[in-house]
Amino acid sequence: MASTQVVARGAIEPRATTGLWREAWGRLRKNKLAIVGLIAVSILMLAAVFGPMIAPYPYDFPDKEALKAYGFKPLPPMTAGHLLGTDQLGRDLLSRLLDGARISMTVALVVQFVVLFIGVPLGAMAGWFGGRVDSFVMRFTDVVYAFPDLLFIILLSVTLKDTPLGQAMDGLLLVFIAIGLTSWVTVARLVRGQMLSLKETEFVEAAKAIGVSDRNIVTRHLLPNGNGPVIVAITLGIPGAILAEATLAYIGIGVQPPRASWGYLVADGEKYIRSSPHLVLFPAICIAVALLSFTFLGDGLRDALDPKLKGKQ
Amino acid sequence: MARYLIRRVLWIIPVLFVVSLVTFTLMHAVPGGPWDQDKRLPAATIERLNAIYGLDKPIWEQYVNWVLGIIHLDFGPSYQFKDRTVTDILAGGILTTIQLGVMAFILAVSIGLPLGIIAALGHNRWPDYTATGVSVIGIATPSFVLAIMLILVFSLGLGWFPVTGWKGPNTWVLPTIALAGFPIAVITRYTRASMLEVTRKDYIRTAHSKGVGDRAVVSRHMIRNALIPVVTILGPILAFLITGSFIIENIFAVPGIGKYYLTSIAQRDYPLLMATTIIYAFTIAFMNLVVDVLYAYIDPRIRYS
Repeated sequence: MASTQVVARGAIEPRATTGLWREAWGRLRKNKLAIVGLIAVSILMLAAVFGPMIAPYPYDFPDKEALKAYGFKPLPPMTAGHLLGTDQLGRDLLSRLLDGARISMTVALVVQFVVLFIGVPLGAMAGWFGGRVDSFVMRFTDVVYAFPDLLFIILLSVTLKDTPLGQAMDGLLLVFIAIGLTSWVTVARLVRGQMLSLKETEFVEAAKAIGVSDRNIVTRHLLPNGNGPVIVAITLGIPGAILAEATLAYIGIGVQPPRASWGYLVADGEKYIRSSPHLVLFPAICIAVALLSFTFLGDGLRDALDPKLKGKQ
Repeated sequence: MARYLIRRVLWIIPVLFVVSLVTFTLMHAVPGGPWDQDKRLPAATIERLNAIYGLDKPIWEQYVNWVLGIIHLDFGPSYQFKDRTVTDILAGGILTTIQLGVMAFILAVSIGLPLGIIAALGHNRWPDYTATGVSVIGIATPSFVLAIMLILVFSLGLGWFPVTGWKGPNTWVLPTIALAGFPIAVITRYTRASMLEVTRKDYIRTAHSKGVGDRAVVSRHMIRNALIPVVTILGPILAFLITGSFIIENIFAVPGIGKYYLTSIAQRDYPLLMATTIIYAFTIAFMNLVVDVLYAYIDPRIRYS
């Protein structure tokens, strides 16, 4: 990994202008766990994008021939051209897991998009305007925070199940949005805190003095200066979102069959756990890898973006 | 402090009001009603049932009536268990849910805290790696997966504990462990980070240099200070253990209120659904309050006004 640049002895190397991101990358690179996380996240993303193309079968294709040959029981791994075996209907587990990767990675992105879309503007408004706006927004976050979140998501998805929103993306979009609606509070509070401390700084005063509009100060100066912690919070929020989706899918909320997310696959395989443990094991491993890789990457980003904070939280 | 406390306690009321209003609205927007059955009831019967339970009144009036009931701690009748009131149904369930939550909490704290402390004291050596390993497993395993594994190994495999039920200590073990897995990981990580942070503080160096023994430095100076930030997450964790246990209750057939929440949505049992939601929301709001007060108590630098 070390750079192989040779510098002449005694020569003074002009220090390149290193931006925050370049420096952060330098630190991140040295963090083994974070790199493992980054690689795993990249693989998961690739699997989500290209998985269904490279999958040996369509996720809902029942291999009746093989199933019949095997006495109508789930096929164990490495049989009849099914690398990870099949479920009780002869559907290829690997193909279903790859489709599940697409679901889990979409959760990661859509939920965090909703979180940013709500959390950043609200937090920025609260921090910038202060006073009444601030107390109103903060009281609002209190209310959202007090909602039992998984239960709220269940209620919302049952309520809107038959609407176009509830049907979009095989029933997934609604669940994603519902998860997002319950998870933006952290980001809003974070952005507010950043705003409060940054708006007292000299560069903001200078910007005000030369007549920069409020709107531009917030969007051009404050938000970019505070985006490190937000990125960290977003990354660390992803495992929570993936876990929430998996948990909901496990109790049968969200994705509609024949599509299956990893949580649904666990629930589906549970009935056959004694004879075919692979049906639970492989999806559980997928969930574990997804949760860990984003956690490691998020931890690494936090340490890299703010060395002062290292180890905190 | 007293004024702050009163303000915070009073603030719970509007929070619960909004939570209940949103839930009430969503609930009545759910298609179908409590009297939907496989065999369609005659329209006249449905009308009469609606009249008996006040469902024929406008939505806003139903909400007002519900709020008036709550003030007298009357959660109304249950639609699915026709001979019982919601209060009656939940009374037993709440105790079970709290018992499960508190047991998991105690387990999580009594494993997580020492593990985090040991990890920090043995930083970058085997105690650290062991503790980190435990927390990695805890983070990577959703509670329902952990529950399945526990049942597979300890009930079906070794036969030590029954698969489901809630009758006596023997049946408490697996649900408690399954529920505590994630909090153990969180507490361990948090404690470890907080301890490492404290290790670098000046007052620790001072304590060492004035000749305080290692043990005393750790127990009197490090742990005490390191636990302050840990306390802030204990409240949300306890709230999570009480409100988030419905999955575990479902898997192990524990008769807590989480089970009723899921069935009440399916059955459109409006009063039962409202009651469980309010209880959950109150738990979360209350835990937050407790944490903030506790925070000021253990860290004298924090003053509320």
